[in-house]
Amino acid sequence: MTETIQPQARKTQRSADSRLKRNWAKLRRNKAALFGGSLILIYLITALLAPVIFPSSPSAPNLSRALERPSIGNPLGMDELGRSILGRVIYGSRISLLIAIGVVFVGLLVGVPLGLVSGYYGGKVDFSIQRVTDTLLAFPGFLLALALVAVLGVGLKNTIISVGISMVPIYIRLVRGCALSVREQTYVEAARAVGTRDRTILLRHILPNVMVPITIQTSLGMGMGILSAAGLGFLGLGVQPPTPEWGAMLGSGRAYLFHAPHVATFPGIAIFLAVLGFNLAGDGLRDVLDPRFRL
Amino acid sequence: MKQESLLSIKNLRTRFHIYEGMVTAVDGVNLDVHRGETLGVVGESGCGKSVTALSILRLLASPPAEIQGEILFGGSNLLELNLDEIRRIRGNAISMIFQEPMTSLNPVLTIGEQISEAIRLHQGVARQEAWSKAVEMLQMVQIPSPKMRAHEYPHQLSGGMRQRAMIAMALSCRPRLLLADEPTTALDVTIQAQIVDLMERLKEEFRTSIVLITHNLGLIAEMAKRVLVMYMGKVVEEASVEDLFQEPLHPYTQGLLESIPWIGKKLKTGRKQLQEIPGIVPSLLEMPEGCRFHPRCSRVMNICSKEEPPLVQKDGRRVLCWLWA
Repeated sequence: MTETIQPQARKTQRSADSRLKRNWAKLRRNKAALFGGSLILIYLITALLAPVIFPSSPSAPNLSRALERPSIGNPLGMDELGRSILGRVIYGSRISLLIAIGVVFVGLLVGVPLGLVSGYYGGKVDFSIQRVTDTLLAFPGFLLALALVAVLGVGLKNTIISVGISMVPIYIRLVRGCALSVREQTYVEAARAVGTRDRTILLRHILPNVMVPITIQTSLGMGMGILSAAGLGFLGLGVQPPTPEWGAMLGSGRAYLFHAPHVATFPGIAIFLAVLGFNLAGDGLRDVLDPRFRL
Repeated sequence: MKQESLLSIKNLRTRFHIYEGMVTAVDGVNLDVHRGETLGVVGESGCGKSVTALSILRLLASPPAEIQGEILFGGSNLLELNLDEIRRIRGNAISMIFQEPMTSLNPVLTIGEQISEAIRLHQGVARQEAWSKAVEMLQMVQIPSPKMRAHEYPHQLSGGMRQRAMIAMALSCRPRLLLADEPTTALDVTIQAQIVDLMERLKEEFRTSIVLITHNLGLIAEMAKRVLVMYMGKVVEEASVEDLFQEPLHPYTQGLLESIPWIGKKLKTGRKQLQEIPGIVPSLLEMPEGCRFHPRCSRVMNICSKEEPPLVQKDGRRVLCWLWA
């Protein structure tokens, strides 16, 4: 018995492997996505190994070296309080990574269940969730985050919460749209015909079938989250000093833009590259996963 | 002929509220399914066959659907049960096979997971036991190397195998009644024959009654004992298979039978062309007055367009037509 089964087992294994390989090959051909992926990788390594790469404190001021220009020993120069910009950019990656993950987490945690329920049940539930979503979407995302900060106050936690909430309507709409089309599939009807509970249908049958668009939106959302949080930081409404945050660094460097342009430039480049990385990777993911997008 | 009836539908009326008004998809259907028998339901697309089946399990979203009448099964009226009670019946005492084997399995779950889900739901057994039962079911529906196949995803199976998997899922809790909604329509002819054999065999084994919904008269002739012919939401004729094929009473049934190609018929009857039923099924929103079939009927009479025909009982058959009144 086992002997007859084995060849088939190997075949199935191979077909799963080859699908992964095919996707990888597709991703590799996509130069932009590969570039985006490498940026994210560098960014992740920097954030995780920050204390190894830059052992001294990024927040200790040294006024005697304030606004020092970039040099060989200190490649990105010093800021207005004589803190190493390299160190602050490196440690800033930890903050912005935390923000990116936190923001997307809030968006997913609130948006996905609401979108699923809204799309699956329809009717009055759908109507009320969608009117709230409409209201949230009426504000530009950044303005909504700004308004929420005004209510909640500044700081890392509140930045994450407010930027996260500003992303919730995007997830609700996305998931609802996909759930609407998946719930009409015969396999959902078949699941109901064997007596499956609504909750089980939502979690086992509908959610896994909307994972592809959610994954793509998650990658794009991280880029958006970093940008919005940096925007809040720039306005002084985000993460507060002395925590090294790219947006806040950009904001404080603005005063010295003509005198010492490096103070604002390097955090700006860091924000740009991180957001670019997530966007390119998100687009690449979409291209690779698109054929399976048949929802 | 007094037989124990398993399912008894009395005056079932399923209506849909839509933007243009109210559509009556099933209009006063009466039917009985006896224990261990196969009841065939035939009719054109849109005549209410599938809606009848979906009404039995209350799978239609309501609103827009509104179901009236009585569906008696195992001593209770299915239309009066609450959601939990009907859920316990779905897939357990009554289960259903759908037309599209390509889309009725979830692409992201393995076959084994989907079958064992139904088993766990109704039999309250542990995950592992449910899995081995699922494998057993796959074996029973003659899927080769079932242990292996249980770990595979629907896209790795052929259409015939997927339909077998669906049947395995539908029969996994040994239902007393199986609603088969066009179970072979999407399959090619040799696979159709295998699926028919399989259903016959499982029917014997589990003593399951089957309601076979199809527009394939050949399949009806093969499997069913009694046949209901539906037209625009009404049962227009009910007869045993032999009677129906030998002497169809309703002009619509006659038309259906004449529109089947039949090798050698030309030699016998000298007929040149395949007959068709003229016209198309009218919209349910513009129901014709009197008999619903009269605009297309070849034997239409004056009274047909004025009054609804009576249900005529004739030698244990039923027919809804003025011709026999």
